[in-house]
Amino acid sequence: MADGTSVPIGVITGRRASARRANTMQRFARRRSTIAVLLALPLILLIAGLVIYPAIYAIYLSMLNKRMTSFVGLGNFAFLLKRHTFQLVIFQSCFFAVSAVILKAFIGFILAHLMHNIPSRNQRLWRGLLLVPWVIPLAMSTLGWWWLFDPSYSAFNWILNALGFQSVPWLGEAWIARICVVTVNVWFGTPFFMIMYLAALKSVPEQLYEAAAIDGAGAIQKLFFVTLPMMRNIIAITVLFSLIVTFADFDIVRILTAGGPQDTTHLFATYAFVVGIQSGDIPLGASVSLFMFPILAVAAFFVLRGVTRRSKEIAA
Amino acid sequence: MALKSGISRRGALKLGAAATALPLVHIRTAGAAGKLTIAFWDHWVPAGNDVMRKQVQAWADKNKVDVQPDFVTSNGFKNLVTIAAEAQAKQGHDIQALPGWETQNHRELLEPMDDVMKRLISQYGEPDETEQYLAKWQGHWMAVPTSSGNQNKGPCARISVLKEKAGLDVVSMYPAKDVRTDAAKDWTWEAHLKAAEACQKAGMPFAIGLGVTADSVDTAGSLFHAYGAEVVNAKGEVTVDSDPVRQVLEYAEKMVKVLPADAVSYDDASNNRALISGKAAMIWNPPSAYAVAKRDAPKIAADCWTFPAPSGPKGRFMPLGAFMWGVWKFAANKSAAKEMIEYLMQRENVEERCTAVDGYDLPPFPKMLDFPVWANVEPPKGTVFNYPMRPVHDSQHSIACSPAPPEIAVQIYNRGTLPTMFAKLRSGQSIKQTIAWAQEELEGFTR
Repeated sequence: MADGTSVPIGVITGRRASARRANTMQRFARRRSTIAVLLALPLILLIAGLVIYPAIYAIYLSMLNKRMTSFVGLGNFAFLLKRHTFQLVIFQSCFFAVSAVILKAFIGFILAHLMHNIPSRNQRLWRGLLLVPWVIPLAMSTLGWWWLFDPSYSAFNWILNALGFQSVPWLGEAWIARICVVTVNVWFGTPFFMIMYLAALKSVPEQLYEAAAIDGAGAIQKLFFVTLPMMRNIIAITVLFSLIVTFADFDIVRILTAGGPQDTTHLFATYAFVVGIQSGDIPLGASVSLFMFPILAVAAFFVLRGVTRRSKEIAA
Repeated sequence: MALKSGISRRGALKLGAAATALPLVHIRTAGAAGKLTIAFWDHWVPAGNDVMRKQVQAWADKNKVDVQPDFVTSNGFKNLVTIAAEAQAKQGHDIQALPGWETQNHRELLEPMDDVMKRLISQYGEPDETEQYLAKWQGHWMAVPTSSGNQNKGPCARISVLKEKAGLDVVSMYPAKDVRTDAAKDWTWEAHLKAAEACQKAGMPFAIGLGVTADSVDTAGSLFHAYGAEVVNAKGEVTVDSDPVRQVLEYAEKMVKVLPADAVSYDDASNNRALISGKAAMIWNPPSAYAVAKRDAPKIAADCWTFPAPSGPKGRFMPLGAFMWGVWKFAANKSAAKEMIEYLMQRENVEERCTAVDGYDLPPFPKMLDFPVWANVEPPKGTVFNYPMRPVHDSQHSIACSPAPPEIAVQIYNRGTLPTMFAKLRSGQSIKQTIAWAQEELEGFTR
């Protein structure tokens, strides 16, 4: 064939093949899920390398004996539960996390409402000022607090002495020390609650309040039947997030009390450090740090399920 | 035929031959003999790092080794974190500075140092039993006891305060010369208690901590040893429920009452601050507190005197804050690491470093305890003369929690069990309750 339209068979096959390849690539690229996975791949690798692998490795470590030479299953956890000091750590961690989160949520809620009612021109300044504790690196601000509580040079004691009162051993008495570490955590974490609640408050449609007012609702009724239901998801997520972070707190206790006096302020993280790094028992330290993981995971599952359900209801 | 590159075939052959012969005519340039990485302890006294850097560089230049010294601080236990991370990753520095119990903690990962120690011992004598307890495993030296950071943690007192408030003349008791005095024989734990009571009444307490950090533990350890009290014996059996321990606790019941109100929240810096701020009559510490006082509160420094620990029924025990240099089994350049350690532990180098830090770094070898630096530091002249243990002190080193097997002792030490027992007494618990608590804790450590 020499009419000029014909091409050798081999050439046709080659073009078809490359066209088919192009189509496959185009189809592959058009699949939204594939592109999404590819774009998220760096993040997935990052999380796998820095979160999933260490977590699995920690679980593996927690099931080894002290010298890391044999597998002991859940032996380390069983051992820990029998220790009086560890029972104290569980109590203190729960006391610390629960009381700090309740206080942060409560104070944050009040601050958010106060902020919401400040004219918008001044609001930015106040919002900025109230965010300062949350913006300063925690280790640094805790050092500042430590100077205030310091055994030799406590600024609080200096004021008390100037007013004619006795010095208070801020970090030397179990319950005072416990309250001190909770106070610092509340000081640091409240702005986070405030800003989240403020964002939620701003998203509540004004018409709902107007409708409630027409129905004769007062301020408290508006709070309970409009504001709180509309903020439920944000409150749930904020509390859950804060609970996880507070349970895992390390800096405050490490800097202020190092777990003392007499182990009464230890949290899981600080106790894990003492047992694992300082005392050279890494498997037991890993067990301590993983102790709350199942409980928090279950709590997270239920809270997030509730959030999803409510979101669907709102969307419907 | 010339190649396109412009190199002739003959030229290429010459180049190849020269390249093959290169290792035979190896020119030793800087770093030619490999690389060596070291994690030194970041010295409290800044001059300590400078002199170390200088000595390391001199060795590196002579041996054509590319040496990278890092200085890792013990603030916030960063050195412990580094050691733990390297042990876990089986990667890191070739030489590690191992404080206290770390040699025993990682003994399976350390290169035996018997060859180096054999030569050093033949030159300078054998380190004492406490150093051996911390550095040896199954008869082998797993690390080399070093002077860098090695410290005694005995009493450092205000001369005038003890004289005026407690009638105790510490300078005549332990003068800056090698003599045994009668007053030194009377320097017992009972005398220590009487002096502490008198000073506390005068508003200048002994700033001894009941916290869980090393200073509190070491002081408590000295007291336990002085009464022959072992909470766990050498076989690893819990022996806390014993008469010597009860004796110590009976003593401690009186002692804790006269310690500062915030003693239970003390860390290793609290006692230093108490001394420097002029609020304490005595602390138990190496001369770092004195060195800082010399800079920040010279009048207080000029009133300080360091001397041995008091004695008890079983003797006089000086707390030792030991440091070792170990070489990881996974180190890339073990031979250079060993050579470097041996070089740094030569008398002239140890002395140069010791002098630079006003005598802080105590040599672990007995034949090096005659450096003039301890007699020369001032003011007052001779203030740290009695800082190193001298034969006239009739004293021995103590590491709190020994003779328990090291893997148990390290936990007792780092959890601060001994001072916590005292803190329990202070909080109003009885001796019986304190022993019951300790019994349970210690059983956990022996698992």
